[in-house]
Amino acid sequence: MAVLIVLTVVCIILSFIFDKQKTKMGFKKGMKMFLNLLPVILVLIIVISIVLFFLPNEVIVHYLGKGAGFLSYVIAALIGSIALIPGFIAYPLSGILVKSGVSYSVIAVFITTLMMVGILTLPLEAKYFGLKIAIIRNSLYFVGALIIGLIIGLIM
Amino acid sequence: MKNYLKKNWVNWLIVIVFAAFTTASYTFDFQAGETIYKDNFIQFLKEMIVFLPFMFILIGLADVWISKEKVEKHIGENSGIKGTVYVILLSMIQAGPLYGAFPVTYLLFKKGASIRNIFIYIGAFSTLKIPMLMFEIGFLGWKFSLIRTLVTLPIIIVIALIMERYFKNKKFEVHDV
Repeated sequence: MAVLIVLTVVCIILSFIFDKQKTKMGFKKGMKMFLNLLPVILVLIIVISIVLFFLPNEVIVHYLGKGAGFLSYVIAALIGSIALIPGFIAYPLSGILVKSGVSYSVIAVFITTLMMVGILTLPLEAKYFGLKIAIIRNSLYFVGALIIGLIIGLIM
Repeated sequence: MKNYLKKNWVNWLIVIVFAAFTTASYTFDFQAGETIYKDNFIQFLKEMIVFLPFMFILIGLADVWISKEKVEKHIGENSGIKGTVYVILLSMIQAGPLYGAFPVTYLLFKKGASIRNIFIYIGAFSTLKIPMLMFEIGFLGWKFSLIRTLVTLPIIIVIALIMERYFKNKKFEVHDV
């Protein structure tokens, strides 16, 4: 956290020295994005707070924690492939899930499939590449995400 | 301001309802409501609210300093390694969901990028976007982010190579929608 704050301050100072106008613009842009995300983040925290109240940590750890087995990867991959969650929400959500006992490898599978596999957007993708390529690409990434999870599970 | 409230009114309404629920819980000593607030909500909120503004300032600065046009100019000039480096750079400065990447792949295709580089672009798009990397490091730690990136990159390249090999002698086209 301290690193991030120091890094931000250094970047602002450097940017300001080189170009005042650009710095102002960047600052404004960032703040605008923040204000737009703020209510969404608050609602996300509220929903997770309530869900986690009813879902004990032991249950989460049992199904999605370290040592939950290959099935937990498949569950994470399926959810990630179907869901359409923007990264700005997926990462805070993942951060909380990790603190609640979900393993890093399961999170890696979830994030990878969320970003790279899109079952709901398959028709759209097919318009650009054709159905065959779209299906092959999504299948390869689905398998790839599982492999990524397995490797990260071995490392972390 | 008016516009802002209009756009986000559903979310703010939920926040207000939750605030009322929490106040009521404390007033009437409703245990579950108190636990949800002080054991979960406040703990999660503390972490996020402090560093989100900093993160967004960084993202805003990156956005104004890194020019898309400069990178786009070089796309397709070289389909080899140099082209690969450019598509990865291009993917890093994008934002948004995967389906936002498809129109760009059409552009890449038209400018003569190789099949391999087109698929490396799609892969890198989901892993290396700067705003997303900042979020990942912020919420999951730099160690996780680094390991995930290092593990994912070779897999992206392998998948791109598989796609290239498969479509080498077949017709490959990206359509405009």
